[in-house]
Amino acid sequence: MAEKTHPPEPIVRWNSGRADRRRRLWRRFRRRPMPMIGLTLVVAFLVLAVFGPLVSGDPSAQDYLATLMPPSIDHPLGTDDLGRDAFARVASGARTSLQAGVLSTLLAMAVGIPIGLAAGFYRRWLDSIVMRLVDVTLAFPFLVFAVGLAAILGPSLRGVVLALSFAQLPAVIRITRGEVLAIREMDYVSAAIADGATDGHILFRYILPNSAGPLIVQATVAIPTAIIGEATLSFLGLGVQPPTPSWGVMLSDAQQYLDQAPWLAIWPGLLIALATLGFNLLGDGLRDVLDPRSGP
Amino acid sequence: MSLLEITDLTVGFDTEDGTVHAVKGVSFGVERGEILALCGESGCGKSVTAMAVPRLLPSATTRLSGSIKLDGRELTVLPEAEMRRIRGKEVAVVFQEPMTSLNPSFTVGYQITEVLRRHERLSARAARARAVELLELVGIPAPHRRVGEYPHQLSGGMCQRVMIAIAVACSPQLLIADEPTTALDVTIQAGVLDVFRDLRDRLGTAIILITHDLGVVADIADRAVVMYAGRAVEQAPVEELFARPRHPYSLGLMRALPAAAVVGPDGRRRLTEIPGMVPSPLSDPQECAFHPRCPSAQADCTASRPPLERHGDAHLAACFHPGGHP
Repeated sequence: MAEKTHPPEPIVRWNSGRADRRRRLWRRFRRRPMPMIGLTLVVAFLVLAVFGPLVSGDPSAQDYLATLMPPSIDHPLGTDDLGRDAFARVASGARTSLQAGVLSTLLAMAVGIPIGLAAGFYRRWLDSIVMRLVDVTLAFPFLVFAVGLAAILGPSLRGVVLALSFAQLPAVIRITRGEVLAIREMDYVSAAIADGATDGHILFRYILPNSAGPLIVQATVAIPTAIIGEATLSFLGLGVQPPTPSWGVMLSDAQQYLDQAPWLAIWPGLLIALATLGFNLLGDGLRDVLDPRSGP
Repeated sequence: MSLLEITDLTVGFDTEDGTVHAVKGVSFGVERGEILALCGESGCGKSVTAMAVPRLLPSATTRLSGSIKLDGRELTVLPEAEMRRIRGKEVAVVFQEPMTSLNPSFTVGYQITEVLRRHERLSARAARARAVELLELVGIPAPHRRVGEYPHQLSGGMCQRVMIAIAVACSPQLLIADEPTTALDVTIQAGVLDVFRDLRDRLGTAIILITHDLGVVADIADRAVVMYAGRAVEQAPVEELFARPRHPYSLGLMRALPAAAVVGPDGRRRLTEIPGMVPSPLSDPQECAFHPRCPSAQADCTASRPPLERHGDAHLAACFHPGGHP
């Protein structure tokens, strides 16, 4: 052991990339058809939300000579009762949906994960108080809770995002706390304590990275719930206000013209269904891949 | 002065049935560069005794009394922040389960540098170079490649070597190894024990080796403390212990080794077992805890508890009727 038998090798920067782990997960993910369909739908949704409004023109431009037109070359998805291009409105609505879904989920994660970490790690009175509050809020159905909050916060995109993120918060806290409780008992956490690691180090280097899987899955499942939540609130008039396009508002407006222009209800309805289906399939796939108990 | 001086250590745990005493008045010392084996059956208190040194027992439910002095400093009363500086730096621990004792989210190299940067304030570059040296020190082939691998890419024996590398990264004075070879293949065990021996020889690290395997004790330890039902019943240098065991329990453990198997009446080699069970930790009558299982028990064994007495140079045993050696 005293003698070096191997030729000198250059020191590699080993702790920068986690590339091979990612490659392995991607190989596992790619083999499954349903998650790949989900990923495709999500990517299509993102492309529509990001690039759609750039090519579609003004979603608020009215044309009274072309109201309630069926799909045509000029208006590929038709026009509404004010002669506005349905494609432009659907594309802008995708942006609204994306903002509501992603922003509210990110906000809920940013607030809920630290609370869950602290409650699960320090236990005692902090845990008791937090978890009783979580239990109380979880007793309300998600949408009832969100509708109530949106009514208080006032109808606007900002109000919708805040209401939806607050409604998601209890679930995020509970999942994070559960992960902390499980992982703090792991041998590698005991080993870290025995090496003199501080609480912050144990929380952010040991517990958080090893609970990332369930939290990522939670996020992908929460986004479609929030998208439906935004559409519902807007449909009820508690969310985004006209003239800002939203799939929920479009559905609500289309009700009056179901017999003359059914496509006005079909497009936003179909897109809500496809976007949420995509995120859910993606979430299921991630759960399978990130769960170490599932196969190779 | 010994490196570690444990005096009259008693450890109890609060449970619903009252306080359960896992360790009852244990005293022993560890010299610099010495390999001390703490041996005994499951539940005899050997792990609790050792884990009390770096204060790794659950603080909320642990009732501890007695004294633990490292290099003259009383550890039982140190503030938690100072204790944290001692853990990993002066006293390091290697656990039993190597496969689950490494953080699965980071490379082994990162985990070694983490300890170095915490306690030694090394730069990232210096820590990385040191990590490669440490992996080489514990006998991992191609350390330049292994530093970049994740724990799941390594075998159990490799993981245990990495754990040892992390433990000795800051050149601790005392290394506590809790059954370090129990979870490993027999073929790997000898290699890992060689690593411990080599570290002691090269770095002068004192090692407390917790084990139930007397084969391991004979192989590597300088001195042994045999524990039974929370008490030290015998302590002696290893050659002395194996040549002249005084406590019937130590003798029983040696007879139970495969090498000591005797030929039975049917002509097949049989292991000699110690009859009976370990007594419940809830009761603690004033008598020898081993007497129900002891072949040489007599009336006085239940009258009072035998004290730990000197039987020759550096040899202590707690028995009224010690083994029949001169």
